[in-house]
Amino acid sequence: MLLLLEQCLNGLQLGLLLFLLAAGLTLVFGIMDLVNLAHGSLYMVGAYFAATFTALTGSFMAGAVLALAATLLVGMAVEVIAMRRLYGRDHLDHVLGTFGLILFFNELVRLVWGPAGLTVPLPAWLNTAVPILPGIYYPAYRIAIIAVALSVALFLYLVVMRTRVGMLIRAGASNREMVGALGINIQLLYTLVFGIGAALAGLAGLMQAPILTVSIGMGENILILAFVVIIIGGIGSIRGAFIASVFVGLVDTVGRAFLPELFKLVMSPAAASAAAPAVSSMLIYLLMAIVLVLRPEGLFPAPGR
Amino acid sequence: MPEPLLEIDGLTKRFGGVVASDDIVLAVPAGELHAIIGPNGAGKTTLIGQLTGEIAPDAGHVRFAGHDITALPAYQRTMLGLARSFQITSLFLDFTALDNVALAVQAHAGHSFRFWRDARRESELREPARAALARVGLGQRADVIVANLSHGEHRQLEIAMALATGPRMLLLDEPMAGMGPEESVRMVATLRELKQELTILLVEHDMEAVFALADRITVLVYGRVIASGAPDAIRANADVRQAYLGEQEAVTDG
Amino acid sequence: MTWHLSIRNLAAAALLAALALIPVYCHLTGNFFLLSLFTRIVILAMAAVSLNLIMGFGGMVSFGHAAYIGIGGYAVGILAHEGVTSGLVQWPLALAVSALFALVIGALSLRTRGVYFIMITLAFAQMIYYVGVGLSRYGGDDGLTIYRRSQFGGLVNLSNKTVFYYLCLGLLLATVYGIWRLVNSRFGMVIRGARSNERRMRAIGFPTFRYRLACFVISGTICGLAGVLLANHTDFVSPAMMHWTRSGDLIVMAVLGGMGSVLGPLFGAIAFLVFEEVLPILITLVGRPFLGRAAAHAGEYWQIVLGPMLLLVVLFARGGIDGMLASLRRA
Repeated sequence: MLLLLEQCLNGLQLGLLLFLLAAGLTLVFGIMDLVNLAHGSLYMVGAYFAATFTALTGSFMAGAVLALAATLLVGMAVEVIAMRRLYGRDHLDHVLGTFGLILFFNELVRLVWGPAGLTVPLPAWLNTAVPILPGIYYPAYRIAIIAVALSVALFLYLVVMRTRVGMLIRAGASNREMVGALGINIQLLYTLVFGIGAALAGLAGLMQAPILTVSIGMGENILILAFVVIIIGGIGSIRGAFIASVFVGLVDTVGRAFLPELFKLVMSPAAASAAAPAVSSMLIYLLMAIVLVLRPEGLFPAPGR
Repeated sequence: MPEPLLEIDGLTKRFGGVVASDDIVLAVPAGELHAIIGPNGAGKTTLIGQLTGEIAPDAGHVRFAGHDITALPAYQRTMLGLARSFQITSLFLDFTALDNVALAVQAHAGHSFRFWRDARRESELREPARAALARVGLGQRADVIVANLSHGEHRQLEIAMALATGPRMLLLDEPMAGMGPEESVRMVATLRELKQELTILLVEHDMEAVFALADRITVLVYGRVIASGAPDAIRANADVRQAYLGEQEAVTDG
Repeated sequence: MTWHLSIRNLAAAALLAALALIPVYCHLTGNFFLLSLFTRIVILAMAAVSLNLIMGFGGMVSFGHAAYIGIGGYAVGILAHEGVTSGLVQWPLALAVSALFALVIGALSLRTRGVYFIMITLAFAQMIYYVGVGLSRYGGDDGLTIYRRSQFGGLVNLSNKTVFYYLCLGLLLATVYGIWRLVNSRFGMVIRGARSNERRMRAIGFPTFRYRLACFVISGTICGLAGVLLANHTDFVSPAMMHWTRSGDLIVMAVLGGMGSVLGPLFGAIAFLVFEEVLPILITLVGRPFLGRAAAHAGEYWQIVLGPMLLLVVLFARGGIDGMLASLRRA
């Protein structure tokens, strides 16, 4: 029972991190119609920056803030140098171009930081367990991640739904030319949106850094999960991305934790331990397949898509 | 009286708050050229969409050649003999005119799970395609890549493709859109010829063509049929004049 | 389908002739590394050509085709591991399994379009990758060694590198010819029409889904065959064969070579794999005046050059090598 609660919280945490990534992807796709495979690279870059800046400043918080700023800058630079030229082109061109960027970033990171993985130590005040219920302890850091991610989600919602900038973003998503014709600087808007997406990815990366090893290729693994989230939730829909992320996070985490036990109920321990890992990694893809069969446009597709 | 070839019964379609088709009732007997006119936004394209199977109606039925086709997918309606042309030209731009029409022939020449023979050498496909092109006056342009044809030729090609499927009835969605006077005259002549062997449902804005060709006319305004009958009756109908023809006549008289 | 005399076609003919003569060159010079390299090139070219069937001609961009290479390879590997080494059993089974996977994945993925389709094929390929990693009985992440290549009795000895090369080359040529005929057949017309304007295709009466699915299955099966050959070539299978970056490589080969023609991806495969070998050396050479001894290390990071190069190709040379050759006629 305790294990279930702990796993659910872990699942929620994974889900929220996925949401940060999926939200960035969806924003960029919804507004600039750009498929950005290199989104995962920004996640990776955020994590690496966190490692470096934490080591340099000795403070995790300072490191995190610097990493976020640095990733935002990198994102905007990428937009100005590369992404701009891809707008309006075929999606295949986007896929190819951003795939090239993945290769570039992976090698660049390997060049600068070396091939070995990095670790980011947590400050003492976060590296404890906190009682969430009487007698039940849960790592403080993971709670912090949940809190930060939820706040960001709320902030995103408020900005997109309640502010003028948000209105521009939503308008841009429906009708690009019109927004441009209204005299809004579309180029600046796009750079801004891409930057926000990059910052979200970087945030996810730097928050994950102390929990996972920071390594090359970490971006792609989670990027594909983010794609699964978008497919299940519906492209263009931030609400769908949120619900789907949490759902996917829960299914993946809880599934991995309990599937071996579940299997042992119906088959021999040997077979269970052989089959369980393979099947647990397939769980969310099976989920995706089911959604595709029943509702190919996703569970909560954005209107008009 | 024989059953009409096309029967539309109470067709209704809503998009959010807008009623695009409001309980439309229409019957087209075989051999007739029936024109549908109405101001922009009257729901003419939505109606065609429901007849071709691209839009599912919220209520009502469509019967064609004795079959209820209301729920039938688009590609099967063509098999029954109902062919269409598109309002906004929808062709295979990177192929030649002949390739385009040959594809339409191929769709009705058995299955296409044939992996070996060069389709461009199959006279079973090419000959009927050439014939259809000749009928609409594009015989000389058969080997031109469609992207290089003029807009008027695109409209003609749309008709040729519809013809190539061996239809009993044509649904033509503004075939004369964007055509110059000379091309329009040629299109009217083609349609007059086709009228003799096919039933045609014609959506058009070009009033000269409509009154020259139509056996009967139906007027749609805001998704509703406000009048339906012989051309003279429609011309004289006060509601129609007010809603639609009024502005047109003022322009042509002046 | 007439054959024109053009720079591009001459280049293609010359290339095919050169490919046929590679083993001769190797025997004369004793350089068998080249034979191994070109065997790999030929096998991957086969996969790239079959991917281009659905990508260039069908407009279905699959970012998961390496999965079928893996499936074909693992079929051979698993059967060999379990003691079944007869090629007459392994190969048809491998093809059947690849076809089955392609059928299921295609049936699900083709319900979507465009970027959705790309993401979904990527996701399914990743799933298959993880299944491979989870197969601890067959080596999991470490992979599975194949101790005996597919046996064909006395018919053909796959352990003979030269014989094996010619087998692969023969299968590549058969694939290219087969796909060429397919692309110009009725079936090919439906696929190409569906890519050009699917709405139109349905309006004239084609049930496009079944044709596109059939095309997807054909493509996946040929990739499965490539996997079978690759397994025999490397005597080893591992999940790395199915990693999504391998799928990316195939797409790069097709685009680099030219998606508009059947042979294009062959140019691309050669360019890409030769690049993989040559670029590090080039970087080291160019870097030596600037970096001294460190230049040797610099060569390792050749993908730093490949990445932006890919972007440049996408932006400025979209027709690939084949496109450039074809435009020479007009220049």
